[in-house]
Amino acid sequence: MTDAEVTRFIYREARLLDEKHWDAWYELFTEDGHYWVPLTRNQPDAEFHTSLAYEDKLLLRLRIERLRRRPPSQHPESWSQHVLQAPEIEAADGDSWQTRTAFHYAEARGDAMQLLTGVARHHLVRNDGALRIRLKRVELLNCDAALPSIQLFL
Amino acid sequence: MTRYRDDPAALRGLVRDDAVHRDVYIDPEIFQLEMERLWARTWIYVGHTSQVPAPGDYITCNVASVPVLMIRQPDNSVRVLRNRCAHKGAKVVSDWSGNAGRFIRCPYHNWSYRTDGSVAAIPLRQGYDGTDFAQCEAMQGLRPVAGETYRGFVFARLSEDGPGFTDYFGESLSSIDYMADRSPEGEMEIAGGVLRYMHDSNWKMFVENLNDTMHPMAAHESSAGTAKDLWSDQPVDAPKPMAIEQLVPFAGSYEFFDKMGVRVFGNGHSYSGVHFSIHSSYAAVPDYEAAMQRAYGAQRAKDILGTVRHNTVYYPSLTIKGAIQTIRVARPIAVDKTLLESWSFRLKGAPDIFFKRNVTYTRLINSPMSVVGHDDQQCYRLIQEGLAAGGNEWVNLQRDYRPEEREAHDLTVNGTSEISMRNQFRAWVRFMAPA
Repeated sequence: MTDAEVTRFIYREARLLDEKHWDAWYELFTEDGHYWVPLTRNQPDAEFHTSLAYEDKLLLRLRIERLRRRPPSQHPESWSQHVLQAPEIEAADGDSWQTRTAFHYAEARGDAMQLLTGVARHHLVRNDGALRIRLKRVELLNCDAALPSIQLFL
Repeated sequence: MTRYRDDPAALRGLVRDDAVHRDVYIDPEIFQLEMERLWARTWIYVGHTSQVPAPGDYITCNVASVPVLMIRQPDNSVRVLRNRCAHKGAKVVSDWSGNAGRFIRCPYHNWSYRTDGSVAAIPLRQGYDGTDFAQCEAMQGLRPVAGETYRGFVFARLSEDGPGFTDYFGESLSSIDYMADRSPEGEMEIAGGVLRYMHDSNWKMFVENLNDTMHPMAAHESSAGTAKDLWSDQPVDAPKPMAIEQLVPFAGSYEFFDKMGVRVFGNGHSYSGVHFSIHSSYAAVPDYEAAMQRAYGAQRAKDILGTVRHNTVYYPSLTIKGAIQTIRVARPIAVDKTLLESWSFRLKGAPDIFFKRNVTYTRLINSPMSVVGHDDQQCYRLIQEGLAAGGNEWVNLQRDYRPEEREAHDLTVNGTSEISMRNQFRAWVRFMAPA
């Protein structure tokens, strides 16, 4: 697995979200994979401290299926745009990679748009020859701010 | 424009027995009067004593749009002070929490105050010689606010006029007891951070929603209904993940929510889930139940653990969920802007699973990223926008209305009644337009 392949994987992951290919995005996670948006800086864990989101595959599936049902809050529908800085590979160890990707994220709905920014940290592993996400940890710059609804995936 | 300030009859005209005028949600003058007359004259939740364990420890927040700080004193008591320098009015403390040491100092001119708010030192004090400084407002320092502590919950009343604490809350305080008594030691502490969710809607939409049992099956069908479907092919006795255990009950039937019951008290307080609630079916924790029996005796332990009130509203600011030890606090900012804080408590002497349950619940339900919260927030916003339309000036709160409820001070009725909202507005109008 080359560095370029790892980087390409992260770009593709963001693109799947922005294009709403949620099933394909879901398949990028390992069976024990998690999507985590901590509430505080350097938050050590998600079990004994509240997070903005901490989702295993069951909860990710729930979030995806709910969005498909066009719930009240999806009228009008939300759309996202990730703008990524080039991912940095901070550690690589055989079949495991730790990456750091600074990002801007816009979420638009009707006439309103909010802008968020932060750092996404991926823990990627090789599973049956393919890269998979064991943990995507999204550190929002303003994680401790009073935030409005964030409806799609960071 | 002041249509309401000097016209109590106009204010009273906004509230009918079974309906309210749209202005209560959309008029900025009404919002201002609510801060002055309702929020300043009633007991507003500030924080919990466990947040300020040591002398000098403080937290800051707004009460009735006024910045205050809650600070631990050298004698271990907790005081609430106005967070406003007596000199030029700067907010003296800007961090959300911290330790002030022995003195609170204003960053602008170094005026400093003792932890009880009194003036300790002013640079070049002789500059005030020959003036009436000693008698003026500035010498009163950071002015204390009336504060009361109940089981560690600190409430403040900004105005010197208003009901006493016990008279105001009365029997509704039992919900705080039932929450704290779930600790075998009878004590709780705030832990695990605060979720802060900004709503672009009036504070009353949130407070009314807490005992609105007719909305989950509509607004939360997409989240709770999906959770139910995702779990539907599992065997009945399969151990449920916490998230499923917590989300699925939101998809309960109308009959379920109706039979759970709602109880209202004077001054706008109420709770739903009198007989059972969406928190009734969480997995049992045998070791803990044994510890509770040792601490309280079998009968009281059974009473505490069998009491699973859904939401208790301490009108107008605080809502609590005793069965999972979480609270939400409304901090109104403008007529169409409200900050909701969601805090978690750890039960002292109880197994970790309760705190995990609490952390999971607040994240699933109360976070700005919550699939449940999104739909509530959207519905509040739709009301905010819809009420701008004239043509029909009235918001209907008539479900199960009975004239005899008007004089009741402690009444339990069927869970889908809109009595809790009518009860809130009866208190609202008494504070807004005193006879």
